[in-house]
Amino acid sequence: MTATPPLPRLTPESDFYWTGGAAGELRILRCRDCRHYAHPPTPLCRSCGSDDLAPEAVSGRGTVWTFTISYQQLLPSLATPYVVGIVELDEQSDLHVTTRLVDVDPDDVAVGMPVEVRFERHDEVYLPLFAPVAQ
Amino acid sequence: MTAKYEDRVVISGVGRSDIGRRLGRSELDLAVQASRDAIRDSGLSPADIDGIIAWPGETPAPSGFTGPAALRVSDALALGPLTYHGAWTEGASQLAGLMAACHAVASGAARHVLVFRSTCEASGQGGGGRSSAHPVDTGGITGHLQWLRPFGAVSAAHWMALMGTRYVHDYGLRPEQLGWVAVNARAHAGLTPYAVYRDPITIDDYLASRIITSPFRLYDCDVPADAAIAFVISAAETAPDLPNPVGVEAIGAAFDGRPYWDQFRHSTDMAAHAAARHLWSRTDLTLDDVDVANLYDGFSFITLCWLEALGFCGPGEAGSYVEGRHNIRLGAKIPLNTGGGQLSGGRVHAHSLLYESCLQVRGECAERQVPGAEVALTSAGAGPLGGTLLVTKAR
Repeated sequence: MTATPPLPRLTPESDFYWTGGAAGELRILRCRDCRHYAHPPTPLCRSCGSDDLAPEAVSGRGTVWTFTISYQQLLPSLATPYVVGIVELDEQSDLHVTTRLVDVDPDDVAVGMPVEVRFERHDEVYLPLFAPVAQ
Repeated sequence: MTAKYEDRVVISGVGRSDIGRRLGRSELDLAVQASRDAIRDSGLSPADIDGIIAWPGETPAPSGFTGPAALRVSDALALGPLTYHGAWTEGASQLAGLMAACHAVASGAARHVLVFRSTCEASGQGGGGRSSAHPVDTGGITGHLQWLRPFGAVSAAHWMALMGTRYVHDYGLRPEQLGWVAVNARAHAGLTPYAVYRDPITIDDYLASRIITSPFRLYDCDVPADAAIAFVISAAETAPDLPNPVGVEAIGAAFDGRPYWDQFRHSTDMAAHAAARHLWSRTDLTLDDVDVANLYDGFSFITLCWLEALGFCGPGEAGSYVEGRHNIRLGAKIPLNTGGGQLSGGRVHAHSLLYESCLQVRGECAERQVPGAEVALTSAGAGPLGGTLLVTKAR
């Protein structure tokens, strides 16, 4: 894929999420007091109220919580069909990230499918995409 | 029921512009046409209007989406001075501006507030098929869209389809159930002279239509339109002197959950439920009293969510409820989306649904009139935002 999709701006709120792929890491903000993960990031922990949060690398593994196979050409940068998914990360039951599911036949994607992260680089930004766990 | 603020307001006038796919007119022009129509309908004169509200106001958005700022419409109508004006870029659903008008009038901050929604989304999407270019892409995406757009989740269709797939997983909803929402809307649009698409479709037409993003087919998605709808909200004490007042029995509003489209815990986890609980807590009326319902149908799946949230059926039962149209057609106990909804009538972001509810309790719906309709239910929004209103025939 040579075309560039719409990309995030790197800001102090979330740059760790978009650049962790340079080190091969998916990084999620986590409370250092109660250890709850906070995504999308918030300045205070929504679980305990602490303001002591920092990004931590997670396993990059999860399961498909839901998905949609998009057939309509809406972006010049993305060939259709493509699969948008919400992945529930293994670390916490409510830790959901939207992503694109790749290296899989769209018709084979299912809710509950185990997946793992891989990164698609666009200069400084590394988009965390997910693919089925290698058997 | 103790006194509530809704008792202090009426919807004194309703208005609409021409509605079509590509009218070649500006959003301001359409807003002014609908607003003049609403003011004329209310029996007031422009000089009586002392407040104006736009939804959503001028914000960065895809071409044709926002419509003009409230003050541009005020300027065009030569209104003023105004004691209250604003735009509701945030709020409990697309009817948040209308709710704010009710709050303003009930509080005494204004006496007659004009509310409008104007859009040229059909023209904005151009002749070359749908485009999803968004101004936020320039310079890098910030805010909630950064979590969606880089992955191709660029349309509300994607965001709701994600919820739809999970609902199918949880409850076994079948396409031949979901499709009846669209078939029903089209049947009623055939009786609505200003609906965008009026030729009937069958469930087989629905099943044969192309998939936009699974599980949504073309007919599950509402129709971008060039259109404007306007209302005048007036102090209740002025109603005896006005020709067409409609009562506001109750307003339910909710922001619930996190302000994202991918952080739901369950497939029925939408603010519609909290908004519905709020609505029913503010009235002695129940669903048994409702004569007609115009529920949000930006996507047909959203209508199923509202049917469950408002108590038409239990969680996971909405597919069975709509199947075959027996419960939702004109002639049923509570006909659904009698003006064709947004699926066939055109997307005016719930304002057209409330417009239809008002006309029904006024008895002005001709061929599609629900006989004796006195109570109409309307809903708006999806995801973390929900708004719902009960309007009544003036007593």
